[in-house]
Amino acid sequence: MPSLLQIAHPLASPREQLRTLEETGAPSFDAMLHERGLPPLRTDRIEVLQVNVGKLCNQTCAHCHVDAGPDRKEIMGREVAEQVIELLRRHPIPTLDVTGGAPELNPFFRYLVREARRLGRRVLDRCNLTVLRIRGQQDLVDFLAEHRVEVIASLPSFRPAGTEAQRGEGVFEKSIEALRRLNAAGYGKGRGLVLDLVHNPVGAFLPASQATLEREYRRELASRYGVVFDRLYTITNMPISRFLEFLERTGNTERYMDLLVRSFNPAAVGSVMCRTMISVGWDGRLYDCDFNQMLELPAGYGAPRTLGELLEAPDLSRRIVTDRHCFGCTAGAGSSCGGALT
Amino acid sequence: METYYCPADLDRFAEMGRNRPDLWTKFKEYYDAVFADGALSEREKSLIALAVAHAVQCPYCIDAYTRSSLEHGADLDQMTEAVHVANAIRGGASLVHGVQMRAIATRLGM
Repeated sequence: MPSLLQIAHPLASPREQLRTLEETGAPSFDAMLHERGLPPLRTDRIEVLQVNVGKLCNQTCAHCHVDAGPDRKEIMGREVAEQVIELLRRHPIPTLDVTGGAPELNPFFRYLVREARRLGRRVLDRCNLTVLRIRGQQDLVDFLAEHRVEVIASLPSFRPAGTEAQRGEGVFEKSIEALRRLNAAGYGKGRGLVLDLVHNPVGAFLPASQATLEREYRRELASRYGVVFDRLYTITNMPISRFLEFLERTGNTERYMDLLVRSFNPAAVGSVMCRTMISVGWDGRLYDCDFNQMLELPAGYGAPRTLGELLEAPDLSRRIVTDRHCFGCTAGAGSSCGGALT
Repeated sequence: METYYCPADLDRFAEMGRNRPDLWTKFKEYYDAVFADGALSEREKSLIALAVAHAVQCPYCIDAYTRSSLEHGADLDQMTEAVHVANAIRGGASLVHGVQMRAIATRLGM
């Protein structure tokens, strides 16, 4: 399946995506905060440097907020990768969170991992699992284990049909095989090599409780496939990019936005991920989160716009840029790259 | 066109608490306790509810427990099997009454 960009779909344009969300009649996110007596979002202490090393991926998932795929060539080069490491040298940000695309396909992925680990930082790899099987990546599991990288792996369902509806035909079996290889290397066994799974709903609805789904995943994956893992994160699908295209194609956009707005949970606002992270794009531009990055909503309100500028700035605090997609992080139990918020 | 069933009414279910809220509260507490994770998981209970919804032919319940089953990670194979369970029991319940028919016919017939 080609990316939206490849087929010149109107929703490849971030501006068109934001316009589509506005047309649903959903209120602005900042207006909702004001109505509920909540202050505008600002960063707290920065805990995570999330780096999107590019849009190249070996899969083309139906819900992908990046519109990633084999036909996307935008990837981070050496200069920006070195700036990422320099930022870690200058600021004591404890975690480097590497995402994509399939981040492992970037030629500087292993450089980022080695250098960040040398600086004593926790490193997360947001892994699509099937990348572990492709040519040239046979030693990836050993590399990740050697550097004690935490693997956060996408598996939207413990059933084949759900996983393949979202991620493509044949992906479930390949994912199970990859999980078995990670288990064999010591991952997911509670002994320091962390293997967490990510569940995205396979459709236009919110995830069930994270704790409940984690129990189901644990039981089903162990009994049917002999696979173990540490934690399950539930992540709500963002109404942008390919998931928005799905919503539009199936006539679900207004209903889904209404669901997100009606499910607004003030308790989740305090812990949304943008309060504790900086997001870096493949070209070194800065954003408040990976979703803002894909919508081309750069860090604002006077904050540095690039890694180069940030390297000169002693203060990482800033006000956060929002739009209607932000309701995806505050609906129900809340949602973040680290799962449910409440 | 007016119909007896209106999809929007599902979201108005809590209006049943406007009179005798004490009874609504008791029902809601019981209902929530029934569907909590227990010896059966929430997904299994959603699938049972989905099957029962088809047996009692309640469109509101079918709407609610289709969503709930999906949210809890069930797929269409599992949900279809659940509906077949309801169907088998409904069909079986009719068919087993055939024994009564046969008994009466045997008693009355020559």
